[in-house]
Formats: sequence, C-alpha cells, structure tokens
Amino acid sequence: MRDPIIRISNLVFHRDSQVVLDDVSMDIKRGSIVAIMGPSGVGKTTILRLISGQLAPLSGSVEVNGHLVSAMTRRELYNCRKEIGVLLQNGALFTDLTVFENIATPLREHTDLEEKEIRQRVMEKLESVGLSGTEDLMPHSLSGGMARRVALARAVIMNPKIVLFDEPMTGLDPIAMSTVGRLIRETNDRLGLTSVIVTHNVAQMKKLVDYCFILASSKLVAEGSPQTLIHSSDPAVDQFMNGRVEGPISYKYQGNPDSASGTPS
Amino acid sequence: MNAPGSRKSRLMAPIAETGHCGLFLIRMLAGLRFEHQQLISVLQQIYLVGARSLVIIMICGFFVGMVLALQAINALQQFGASDQVSLLVGKTLFRELGPVLTALLFAGRAGTSIAAEIGLMKATSQIDAMQLMAIDPIQRIALPRFLAGLVSVPLLAAMFNAFAILGAVIFSIGVMGIDPGIFWSKLQTGIYFGKDFVGGIWKSVVFGGLVSLIAVYFGYYAKPTSEGVGTATTRTVVLSSVLILIFDFIMTSFLI
Amino acid sequence: MRANYQVEVTSGVFLLLGIAAMLWLATEATDYGMQVGDDTYRVTARFSNVADLKDGAPVKIGGVTVGLVERISLDPVTFDAIVELQIDGRYADIPTDTSASILTSGILGDRYVGLEPGGALEALADGDQILITQSAVVLESLVSKYLFNTGKEEGE
Repeated sequence: MRDPIIRISNLVFHRDSQVVLDDVSMDIKRGSIVAIMGPSGVGKTTILRLISGQLAPLSGSVEVNGHLVSAMTRRELYNCRKEIGVLLQNGALFTDLTVFENIATPLREHTDLEEKEIRQRVMEKLESVGLSGTEDLMPHSLSGGMARRVALARAVIMNPKIVLFDEPMTGLDPIAMSTVGRLIRETNDRLGLTSVIVTHNVAQMKKLVDYCFILASSKLVAEGSPQTLIHSSDPAVDQFMNGRVEGPISYKYQGNPDSASGTPS
Repeated sequence: MNAPGSRKSRLMAPIAETGHCGLFLIRMLAGLRFEHQQLISVLQQIYLVGARSLVIIMICGFFVGMVLALQAINALQQFGASDQVSLLVGKTLFRELGPVLTALLFAGRAGTSIAAEIGLMKATSQIDAMQLMAIDPIQRIALPRFLAGLVSVPLLAAMFNAFAILGAVIFSIGVMGIDPGIFWSKLQTGIYFGKDFVGGIWKSVVFGGLVSLIAVYFGYYAKPTSEGVGTATTRTVVLSSVLILIFDFIMTSFLI
Repeated sequence: MRANYQVEVTSGVFLLLGIAAMLWLATEATDYGMQVGDDTYRVTARFSNVADLKDGAPVKIGGVTVGLVERISLDPVTFDAIVELQIDGRYADIPTDTSASILTSGILGDRYVGLEPGGALEALADGDQILITQSAVVLESLVSKYLFNTGKEEGE
C-alpha cells in the first residue's frame, strides 16, 4: 500500500477558545470509504473543513496527497480543491440553476470544454446516479434523496481523487438512504475515489464503509473496521454504537470549559 | 467570517467595516473577466434586479411627475408664472428626485432581494459548496449582482424621469391648460444637458453602485440563520437610504 | 437554454428601453438639441455691461438660435466684458458690420445675445471681433435715469 491520501497528525483546533479537536491523528487509505463518526457537535464537520482548507488548525497538520493544506496560498488551495469533491449537508444545490447547470458549474468554471462535451459528461454522471431526464428541473422540485444524488453527481463531475461527504444520509427515508449508500459505494469503486463520510448513522455505516474513526469529547477514541468496532469493549464506543443513554459520553450541555458558567452561544 | 473590528471600540468599528467593505469591492472587481459566461450572468441579474423593478419605477415616476406639476403650478400661479412649470419640474427631476427616488426604490425593491438571496445561499451552504468547488463566490455571486445594479439604476432613473415628465405633461397640459409649446421650449432652453442631465446620470451610477455594493456585502456577511438574513436585509435598506442622501448632498455640492 | 434565452431577451428589452428613455430625455427635455454642432467658429464682442448674461446662453439672429455664449471674461485694462460667442458653421456668412446686443426674452426672462446683421460683403471669420455692440439694459439704471431726468425738469 502506498502513502495514505489524507494524513492528519496531532490536529488541534479551537473555536472561540473552546476546544473542538484535541490531538487527533488519522491516516486515510487511498481507495477506501472511511467514516468519521461521533455524537453531534463533536467536530466531525470541522475535520472536513480542515481537510478542504476552509479552516486552519491551531497546531498539527493536514496533508492531502502529500501537500500541507495549511501552508497553501489561496491559489494553491483552489487548485487542490479541484481534486476534492464535496457533498455538503442537504446537498447545497444552487437554487437558481437547473439540475444540468448545477452539475455543469465546476466544468464551466475550470475547463474550456465545448458545450457538446459538457453536455455529454453531465448526462453521463446524471445517468450514473439514476436521474436521467431530470436535467431541466429546478432543485426545489426534487425530493431530498434526488437532491442528494444530484449533489453526488456534481461532486464527482471533475473526476476528483477524494470525495468528502457531510452527513449524506441525514433526513432521508430508509429507501433513499440505501440508494445513496449504494451509489457512494459504486461511484467510489468505479472511479477509484477515496471517500470520507461524516455521519452518525450507525446502521448505514456498518453496511457501507471499510474503516471507521470515532470521535468523542474532542478526541479520537477508536478506529478500525466496523465489525471490530461493534464488538469493542471501550465504553464510549459501545455507548455510541449501541445508542445507550448511560455511558462516558454525556448528553448534558457542558458549557465553555474556560468559564463554567459560560452562556450558550 | 465576521467583519473584523467587532470587538474594537465603537468609534473604530464603522471605519474598520468601511475598510473591510472596500477590500470586498476590490476582491470583487478583481474578478472582472469580460467573458461570455460572465456577461450572461450579468444579463440574468439585470433581468432580476432591473427589469423587475421597472413597473414600480414607472408608476412612481408618473405620479411624482403629476404631483410635482401640481405643486409647481400652485406655487408659480402666485407670481403669474405658471408657464415656468416645466422648468421647475424638469430641474427637480433631473437633478434630485429622479436619481434619489429611483435609488431609494431600488434599495427597497432589489437591494433587499439581493441581500436576502445571498444570505439564504449562505444559510443553505451554497456559498460553502461554491468555495469547495474552488469557485470564488465573491466573484461568482456578488460581482454580477453588483454590475447589474450599476447598469440598471441609471437606466431606471432615466425611465423614472421619462414617466415623470409624461405625468407632468398630462397634468399641466391636459388638466391645467399650459401651452404645450411653452412647456417644451422651457424644458429645451432651461435644462442643461451637461449639468442637469449628465450630472443626474452620474448621481444614479454612484447610487446604483452604492446600493448594490451594500446589498451584496451585507448578504455575503449575513449570519447563516433566518434571523441573520432578516438583519442583513434591514441593514441594507437603512444604510443604503442614509448613504444615498449623504452622497446626494456631497455630489450636489460638487456638481453646482 | 430556453429559460436562458427568455432572460436574455427580457433584459435586452429592458436595456433598450432604458437607453431609449435616456435618448428621449436628452433630446426632447434638455438643451442638447439646441447645442451647436462640431462645426463652429468663434467671434468675440466687447460690452461695457453684460448684466446677468450666463455661459451657454443662446445667440440669436431674428429669434433663431445660431450659437451660444462660450465664455465671459473681463478685460483687466479697459474693464470691458469680453464675450466669446460660438456660432454654428452653417451660418458662415454673417456680415462683419453686424451689431450685437444683450437682450432679454420677455420681461423677466433669461438674457441672450441678439445679432443684427449689417450690409457688408465680407463675412465674420473665426477669431474676429464684433465692433458694434449695445450693452444690456439694466432696469435699475433705467429707473434712476428716468427719476433723475424728471427731477431735472422739475428743477428748471
């Protein structure tokens, strides 16, 4: 196996003097589907934003394809992002563009392809997510699952090496969830991608991913394949995987660590 | 992504925000490409912010023209000079009311919708998605709206003036029986092309840029919540209106 | 692309309407049409008093505008007002012995420069000076002259 495509080492990140991530290290293998899991608000999405360079770490490093993300200029960062596809929560389709134009946006922006070629590539991706014939619809007339699939098509239109998924399953019905899950697997294997999925959906994760990182209380508490994690003896992992109320992960608001009486922001 | 200086002293905050807005403008204008693609999106925005404001501008212009003529004739009759009505109406319109009222209406009609639209794009993480696609949202989202405002407001002001003159014609010639020949010849000798007409256009270009810059700026830096979007639209209208009137005074004192 | 096309057409119509409104206003509701063309020539005239004549005021022959006042300045030696007139090139045959006077349109109207053509065969050329001028009639001096005259008659 070659170097990991994404290497996160000793990452520390604070937001407004609140510790979000504390000494987190991860190696993400080329070609795999990896899940970053944990309770809500534990900093999973923050990791995605650190990988894509939208946030800068306080200390530690994020390397994508051997390049240090935090040391990039804006131009280098934008070049690096062309290799990364992102599917945000709820899809984040551009509401003022048709499905076709949504998917075509990165091509129009970053390539000089002919209109005919753009059309061909967009229709190809649209077909691969099973939505041929929807190209002239506006995003508001799509169902949640369809919007998510269009967003997937848009995320892979530039043939990226890495695709980041932020809660791709949230708010979908079980059938749409499985459809999206299967599409993620198909796309990953067919295009030779590396997929990083942020989710708290344990059932889908078990079916879908190769490797899994579990975060709790700002720290990485466990990693491994889904099978090993389910049978983990670690109390925090066990609590999360089986959805127990009692355990080391508190459901109570803990406030700002700097000031115990801090007001919620 | 908050504007800097939020924790600084009250005096420095507006200055810092002005500077921040200026940098925003520079970053936006750095995206000027004169490409087909950009032209299309500017045209699209001209349609959304300009063409859709047309009806309200025409109606308001028409009635402003009528009421100006009514007031002017009323006042001028006391001096037996009611045939000077077109001069008074024309000067008022070209120099002040046309550019100012158009810009105020534009701020209310289009400025708010620009701010709300960009704010909502932010709240639904479309701006995020764009950044992640390595597309600069300031250049892609803000710039076409800004340019559209810059182009639309002078044209809207011209239309406002045209309909106001029409209103004045109908009222003073049709209702008050002013002689049409005198009406038009007073306009054609008394309204100066350079000072009154071109000066008014300059004003509306500045106002158009001002309103659309404020709208895209507040929309772009809106907090991504429904409350944040509401605040952004309110601030857009309030600040645009105040700045329009302040800039109007400044520009007028240089024009005369 | 269909939706795009409609948008383009609509904004195109809007742009054209706006430009049309500008052109209409400029030509019909300002003095733009009254301005002289590119082809002009300049003559000067000296007046002892120009009253409230302004830059851009019309120059008329027989009530027809033939040019405009380009600049008004004061001769620092003779204290005459020097008025530079810009005359439309179409009226190139104005005789050299033409007289210029500063007149008022109506009783309270704006001042303008009225030219009264003479009978000379040579025409005014660029840079020439109109020698025969009549200054503006200032109402106050007229009134005081009248009062002064009547006062003198009574005294005799």
